[in-house]
Amino acid sequence: VDVRLSEEQTALRDSAAAVVDSLGPRTVADLEDAGRTAQLDRAATESGWRELRAPTEDGGPLASAVEVAVVAEELGRGLADTAFVGPTLAAELRRLGGAPACEGYETVVLSADLSELARAPGGVVAAGSVVPDAAGARRALVLLPSADGDVVAALTLSGVGPGVDLTRSLGSWQGTGQVTTVPGVAGALGPDDRTRVHALGLALSSADLVGTMRGAITLATGYARDRRQYGAPIGSFQAVQHLLADAFVEMEGSHSITLHAAWAVDALAPAEALRAASAAKAYCARAARSVCETAIQVHGGIGNTWECLAHVFLRRALVSGQLLGGVGENLDRVMAAHGVVAGPRGGAGGLR
Amino acid sequence: VDFADSPEEQAFRLRLRDWLEGHNPGLPPSSTSDEYWAGQAAWHRTLYEAGFFGLSWPTEAGGHGRPSVYEVILDEELTAAGAPPRPSVGYLVQGLLRHGSPEVQRRFLPGLVSGRERWCQGFSEPDAGSDLAALRTRAERQGDEYVITGHKVWTSYSDAADWCLVLARTDPEVPKHRGISAFVVPMDQPGIEQRPLPMINGITREFGEVLFDEARVDAANMVGQPGEGWRLAMTVVSHEREPGELGYVARYGKLANELVRLVGEQPHLVGAEQRRDLAWALIEVEMLRCHVSRRLSERLDGIAHGPEGSVDKLLMTWTEQSVGHAALGIGGVAPPEGEDALLKAYLYSRAQSVMGGTSQIQRNLVATRILELPTA
Repeated sequence: VDVRLSEEQTALRDSAAAVVDSLGPRTVADLEDAGRTAQLDRAATESGWRELRAPTEDGGPLASAVEVAVVAEELGRGLADTAFVGPTLAAELRRLGGAPACEGYETVVLSADLSELARAPGGVVAAGSVVPDAAGARRALVLLPSADGDVVAALTLSGVGPGVDLTRSLGSWQGTGQVTTVPGVAGALGPDDRTRVHALGLALSSADLVGTMRGAITLATGYARDRRQYGAPIGSFQAVQHLLADAFVEMEGSHSITLHAAWAVDALAPAEALRAASAAKAYCARAARSVCETAIQVHGGIGNTWECLAHVFLRRALVSGQLLGGVGENLDRVMAAHGVVAGPRGGAGGLR
Repeated sequence: VDFADSPEEQAFRLRLRDWLEGHNPGLPPSSTSDEYWAGQAAWHRTLYEAGFFGLSWPTEAGGHGRPSVYEVILDEELTAAGAPPRPSVGYLVQGLLRHGSPEVQRRFLPGLVSGRERWCQGFSEPDAGSDLAALRTRAERQGDEYVITGHKVWTSYSDAADWCLVLARTDPEVPKHRGISAFVVPMDQPGIEQRPLPMINGITREFGEVLFDEARVDAANMVGQPGEGWRLAMTVVSHEREPGELGYVARYGKLANELVRLVGEQPHLVGAEQRRDLAWALIEVEMLRCHVSRRLSERLDGIAHGPEGSVDKLLMTWTEQSVGHAALGIGGVAPPEGEDALLKAYLYSRAQSVMGGTSQIQRNLVATRILELPTA
């Protein structure tokens, strides 16, 4: 047992932080700066972050889910408006499904409520399915059920919808295109593979939430030091201090449980990995909404204006919170993993 | 990042698991009955004598000098076995290790770690709670002794203690933080009276108050130098805030597992609200276990005595109170006579946001010492 980051993992974190700090948005207006986003996108491509789950010669991933989480956290912290979740899950599907890579990056298709990877029985993807990181993606992968398991297939993307998140695009599938087979596919995903991809998606979105919380807290803490009322910085008032302290502690707890979930993706049996990831995701999704709402509250009036970055953190957290399942689905999974099934009676009472 | 065991850790874990099968005393949930406190003292000695306590403390102190992360393994196995948690004396051990002279360490650490000698902690007073440095208990030098007079409260285990780690004012002339010294005072003497304080869940063997009326202590029992008492107190309370030092992961894990078992036996009697509370309790316990693994891993390079304990204390408190709420929902408010452990566990959980420094004090510390917000 030694859960410290290795030297390589620390170096990866530092290099991701350096990219995000120099090329990520520092203001809401920066989100419209096409030159900056192109530079960030190029840096992300050159870094190889999106290919961390691509296969090595022995079929395993290039890097563990811990490395994925390390990068995701930095991207969330800096509100990085570049694709990562979609391409990472696509790389995992390609690896597990024996599908070759294509030029440019790919993403995946999720169910309409974002809670699971979309499947296309009979080659039909349900209308309303959602495509994360749709902008710029060459194609989106779906799972085509077959007798041998789920085969990786592709949708060619057309439209991209905006979604609540201002830093990452969400495409909405209108059901008008065709699912095509991916040339060269040499395998299929079994239930265990699907479980592991799901665990990866939950750990990855949890890590993004940890970073988003960290960034929101840094923003709000800085404001609380500078903003003065009653002749003193508002950060000197206990009411404000306690809001920020609670936010920080929620973020720290989220960080610890996410670290475990990320490790579990590759180290534990699939069902255990999914249980660990579900616990982390429920914790982080609940925490992140509260932390980002606190960041808005600490900013007062300005926090409720478009120009303040606080709502950009909240918006990102709301989407990450739902990716591969939010609080509800994950609480249910934790219960089921402990063998506690739903009973018929609602309301308060107790066993006796 | 590796949450898995090394081969040595795995061998230790299996040996511990094997031993626990034959030695679990089967005590009720922590702090829910006087029977628990009576049994916990024997459990301390059993665990120590089998070589499973003080795993990461120095061998000179009666510990095993193992890497810090062995404490996580101990907590995990105690949880899985439904055994009582490890005894929570680590904060005293850390205080003596950091501030005690070699003589004080040699004299007191082995008895404390082994459980042969029982300790309590005389810090808080009726007029010095959160503002601990306002304490008024005084110690005056008389020859080779100090004479102590004052009133301590919220003194856990004072009824069973052989020794009390007392903070007392030795110099009333200097600013309040600088005039305090710390002593290891023998409890069995005419100048000391201890009285139990029944807690809100009815237990009487935990909480107490201690009155010192010209109690005597050998000057050699001072921990650190005259005036070093405040620094020792800060070391002790910072570790008293750490679930990794207290071993509370096993406390909460045992209770949460018990709740899962009860619900599994009678699923038709438990509603959606209680199941949701139980799910959150399980997740909070999992979070705390992971957090303790992280903190104890950070200790592999040595112990830091920083403000992070306040973060840990709040996470620990939220976990205990979340488990408490699940216990309340599942146990109900009208349990039959003698089957009220869950209700008592809930009531006891309210103390966690007060003991060892209130949650409000922890938030002040996180805000000013970690987030570096300005002080008023």
